[in-house]
Amino acid sequence: MNLTLRIWRQSGPEDKGRMVTYQVDDVSPDMSFLEMLDVLNERLILAGEEPVAFDHDCREGICGMCGLMINGNAHGPQRGTTACQLHMRQFKDGDTIDIEPWRARAFPVIKDLVVNRSAFDKIIAAGGYITAPTGSAPEAHSVPVAKANADAAFESAACIGCGACVAACPNGSGMLFTAAKVTQLSLLPQGQPERYTRVIGMVDAHDEAGFGGCTNAGECTVVCPKGIPLNTIGRLNRDYLKATAKRGDTPGS
Amino acid sequence: MDLYTEGDPIADTKAPDGPIETRWERRRFEAKLVNPANRRKMTVIVVGTGLAGGSAAATLAEQGYRVKSYCYQDSPRRAHSIAAQGGINAAKNYRNDGDSVHRLFYDTVKGGDFRSRESNVHRLAEVSVNIIDQCVAQGVPFAREYGGLLDTRSFGGAQVQRTFYARGQTGQQLLLGAYQALERQIGLGNVEMNARHEMLELIVVDGRARGIVVRDLVTGEITTEFADAVVLASGGYGNVFYLSTNAKGCNVTATWRAHRKGAYFANPCYTQIHPTCIPVSGDHQSKLTLMSESLRNDGRVWVPKAKGDNRRPKDIPEDERDYYLERIYPSFGNLVPRDIASRAAKNVCDEGRGVGPTGLGVYLDFADAIQRLGRKAIEAKYGNLFEMYERITGEDPYEVPMRIYPAVHYTMGGLWVDYDLQSTIPGLFVIGEANFSDHGANRLGASALMQGLADGYFVLPNTIANYLAAGPFETVDPSHPAAVEARRDVEDRIQRLLAVNGDRTVDSFHRELGQIMWDHCGMERSEAGLRKAIDEIRALREQFWQRVRVLGDGDGLNQSLEKAGRVADFFELAELMCIDALHREESCGGHFRAEHQTPDGEAQRDDERFAYVAAWEFTATGEPSVLHKEDLKFEYVHPTQRSYK
Repeated sequence: MNLTLRIWRQSGPEDKGRMVTYQVDDVSPDMSFLEMLDVLNERLILAGEEPVAFDHDCREGICGMCGLMINGNAHGPQRGTTACQLHMRQFKDGDTIDIEPWRARAFPVIKDLVVNRSAFDKIIAAGGYITAPTGSAPEAHSVPVAKANADAAFESAACIGCGACVAACPNGSGMLFTAAKVTQLSLLPQGQPERYTRVIGMVDAHDEAGFGGCTNAGECTVVCPKGIPLNTIGRLNRDYLKATAKRGDTPGS
Repeated sequence: MDLYTEGDPIADTKAPDGPIETRWERRRFEAKLVNPANRRKMTVIVVGTGLAGGSAAATLAEQGYRVKSYCYQDSPRRAHSIAAQGGINAAKNYRNDGDSVHRLFYDTVKGGDFRSRESNVHRLAEVSVNIIDQCVAQGVPFAREYGGLLDTRSFGGAQVQRTFYARGQTGQQLLLGAYQALERQIGLGNVEMNARHEMLELIVVDGRARGIVVRDLVTGEITTEFADAVVLASGGYGNVFYLSTNAKGCNVTATWRAHRKGAYFANPCYTQIHPTCIPVSGDHQSKLTLMSESLRNDGRVWVPKAKGDNRRPKDIPEDERDYYLERIYPSFGNLVPRDIASRAAKNVCDEGRGVGPTGLGVYLDFADAIQRLGRKAIEAKYGNLFEMYERITGEDPYEVPMRIYPAVHYTMGGLWVDYDLQSTIPGLFVIGEANFSDHGANRLGASALMQGLADGYFVLPNTIANYLAAGPFETVDPSHPAAVEARRDVEDRIQRLLAVNGDRTVDSFHRELGQIMWDHCGMERSEAGLRKAIDEIRALREQFWQRVRVLGDGDGLNQSLEKAGRVADFFELAELMCIDALHREESCGGHFRAEHQTPDGEAQRDDERFAYVAAWEFTATGEPSVLHKEDLKFEYVHPTQRSYK
């Protein structure tokens, strides 16, 4: 099939950027979306034009490195699918496709379609863990975990940190990402000792990084390639409320 | 000119002697320690943030060392360990099905076709149980039974259920556990994290590894970084084949640059071709996607009995199907080790019985399992894998059997290390897939995650202390001649790549190199094929340096430039892989030489001549490498012909 692509080109953080139109012909429906961009880039290089920069790595939907706004949808039209797993059979001959980077205050553009998502790492560093230095762990079976809790924890832990939730949110909020980790760890017995300091630390880091607040628009969960449910944000809010009430408590009270 | 010369054998691997069960404890006791106050004075560089690098960086920082960590991705959480699907082995024997440390040790040595080091493998089996404890404590959401205890399943090459898993995303969950421990240390200021940085050279001062040259991939800035020791955890080199299950960015540059500086490269020809991957669909293919080995627990592999039978699979009656793995290997059936399953698939396709549009595919059929257990149960076990398959192929595996074909997945070879995981350059340690040590000629399923975390959490943090006890070493600064030279080499190389401005893209060269390797150094190798490959690689490498086109400059994000540097190193590695494969005149594990097979087509080892590790020393570009042999001794598991029948 033959396609018209309109792609965001921006040479660096200081450049204003613009949409540039490219024609790509003979696209196979079995190509992935990124393979289609590979084909474009090969042609650009041979024509002496700089290829389009985009982030990608595993190309199997798990590393979270790719992230493109495709026709205004984070990761494109197919639900539950990252851009690298999206295949061209989802498009029609003659289509025009707009391709843009994630746009959010907390994710500044580096070049073309590549953005800086290090704010996510800062949120994790502020509490998205269970403190368990190597060697200190008890026997794995000493703490059973109810299957329902283990399964729900897994569901939240499936987040790949791609940032689609932020890109889709009208407020540029990173609340679904933050809530997914808070939910995973607060559902497990191992996560209880740090449960309330964790949520405060992570939410503070989230706000400092320039993400907006959550107003329950729900766009995040729709575009999430791993289907992280919106109720994780409800869990985060409940924990956050309890945590703020507990501030200043004496231990054991 | 000879392809290689032979040097002195490797006499000492630093493994303690005595009963094998006591060796690791003895080593830990005899190793020197570093007291906590001195640890703060020492810096360790860790390159790579996968299971091995991430866990090592976090653990070293917890112990009190200052750590500098580097990865080429935008976040340490994206290292390719994240894509491991199936599971992680551990000798917990929670199933009461006869497992033990000794059995895991035995299975791994046998699975590796008697080409790994017994002492290392035993240690791996010992610490496997600690890994599960550690990960559970971190909140890794492993699959559990209704009683709240951990679930396990079977994997290839084993008759016990010792594989722990988190649905089809075990690697992701284990990596996020290590990543979170690492982020905690970053938050505490104990680790300096440098994402989007690529190591391009090793700095060796007075015979010791003392630093690296890195390029900031965003600004293009090249800097020299120093430490008391350097740890490489930069993964395997499967992308030499262009098409593999590796992530696009996976590369050999860090280990290859260290090899050029004096670290021996061991067993480069041992590559693992995984039997269950989605077949190639066309010339545009940029990578291959694995379908977890765990699927072989419930899926049955078959092809039509007749050549060229292109009926739809459901129209082929039961008695006209050949469930060839069950037929040839009745005791292990569909769960034979990977090398065996892959070659069997190649054989039936070579006979003209392959399926799908290219004829390079076999069926993996779940119809029986769905009938026996119900669709719901299959969904719960493999739902995400089935969805992934459908997204890629457009076919519904609940209705139509999956089509699969072998693809390059893992490399058992890597930098040579001693029992302490130290390379032949003092102060340079190598962990995870980047080293060669534990899997011999074939890795068993669910053992890569085990080895990465064993090295990173438990082995390296103990053994590196023995080296650092002599530190802190004299300070090195960027004006040291060794640092200046290493940096200049990197800059020159980048300028050379940019200056060619030829008429072919980097990818076009990489694809062509990959095809040569797949044809001649893939699932089956022969003397004639390997000699041809060596000539072709040399000619293509020359073309590369005359005709490659890399646009832009080195002063900012330039993804073509990054790729060009990696492919240039793959060319040099590819030649060494072929030489290694050519010199090893036997078949073992993933290395199958057409000239060396049993009458029924199984791998025929030659223990008399080849029970050794081939460790290669670099001399100069274009000059023959020197082969050093490390003899393998088998005191506990006596080499036999592997039989899974």
